[in-house]
Amino acid sequence: MDSKHVSGNGVHLQESVQIAAKILVVGHFAVGKTTFIGTLSEIPPLRTEETMTQAGAEIDDLKGVRGKTTTTVAMDFGRLTLSERLVLYLFGTPGQQRFVQVWEDMSRGALGALVLVDPERLEESFAVMDLVEKYGIPFAIAVNRFDGQPNRSDDELREALDLLPDTPIVTCDARDEKSSANALVALVRYLQNRSS
Amino acid sequence: MSDVPDDLPAESADLVRPYVITNGRGLPQSDRFELITLVTATEGGTGNGPLDPEKRSVMELCEGGYLSVAEIAGHLDLPVGIIKVLLSDLAEEGRIMMRAPIPRAHLTDVQVLQEVLNGLQARFG
Repeated sequence: MDSKHVSGNGVHLQESVQIAAKILVVGHFAVGKTTFIGTLSEIPPLRTEETMTQAGAEIDDLKGVRGKTTTTVAMDFGRLTLSERLVLYLFGTPGQQRFVQVWEDMSRGALGALVLVDPERLEESFAVMDLVEKYGIPFAIAVNRFDGQPNRSDDELREALDLLPDTPIVTCDARDEKSSANALVALVRYLQNRSS
Repeated sequence: MSDVPDDLPAESADLVRPYVITNGRGLPQSDRFELITLVTATEGGTGNGPLDPEKRSVMELCEGGYLSVAEIAGHLDLPVGIIKVLLSDLAEEGRIMMRAPIPRAHLTDVQVLQEVLNGLQARFG
């Protein structure tokens, strides 16, 4: 989308919106985070980058830049206006441990996280599960099922992922709006039960 | 370890540019702006004195209404950290105003969750 044309085309929030909430959509590389967000978002999903350099680096320090690690982490996100006053942002978050800095920023104020899991590559979800647990973010598991994959029972998944008995597991197709929305609803209901 | 190719010259524009944009200052540690802080231009904010090109872009984007910090970064294709520095300056100059992410004192998580749930159900049946 051309960012120059931003007026009167649904780019901005309704004037009445007062509250912004955030839910993380996390998972390993290529598990379907961006697809999920794109399916539900009311705006074309946006990508933003966080440059991971040493905080406080100054232009005078350029000589030293060569020796520093500079990594760019991309986050995809989308938006859903859910009432006159409430907007929900869905942030796709990479699952690698080395993005801890980004996780701190992302997790602050997040209501919870939906952990997208590929049933054929469960072990690739371990790193991201460690992160959501480390940051104390309440989460639900959404198994992103592609056509033709064998079914795994919830018990198998629960055991493989070492989940607590009350952690919800839902199956979804990230390409399908209704199915993806159902996964979010399951997460929100779980969050409600935890906080009541 | 890094996604940046090893052979990338350290002096490449990508590495230099953020610090040039922020006049050589580092990234702020302040919690003033979060990813979902909602921002808009104040009335007359743009016309109030000269602006660097990047700040002008931020102002032009913000004139249309409220957007989150993350959206501003996404539309302008600049890292979030840089956008936070620019917004800090613009706020000090009275050119933009913010809505806090969730006014905790007035709204509990329980209420927010209920509203999220209602909204999802109304929207997606």
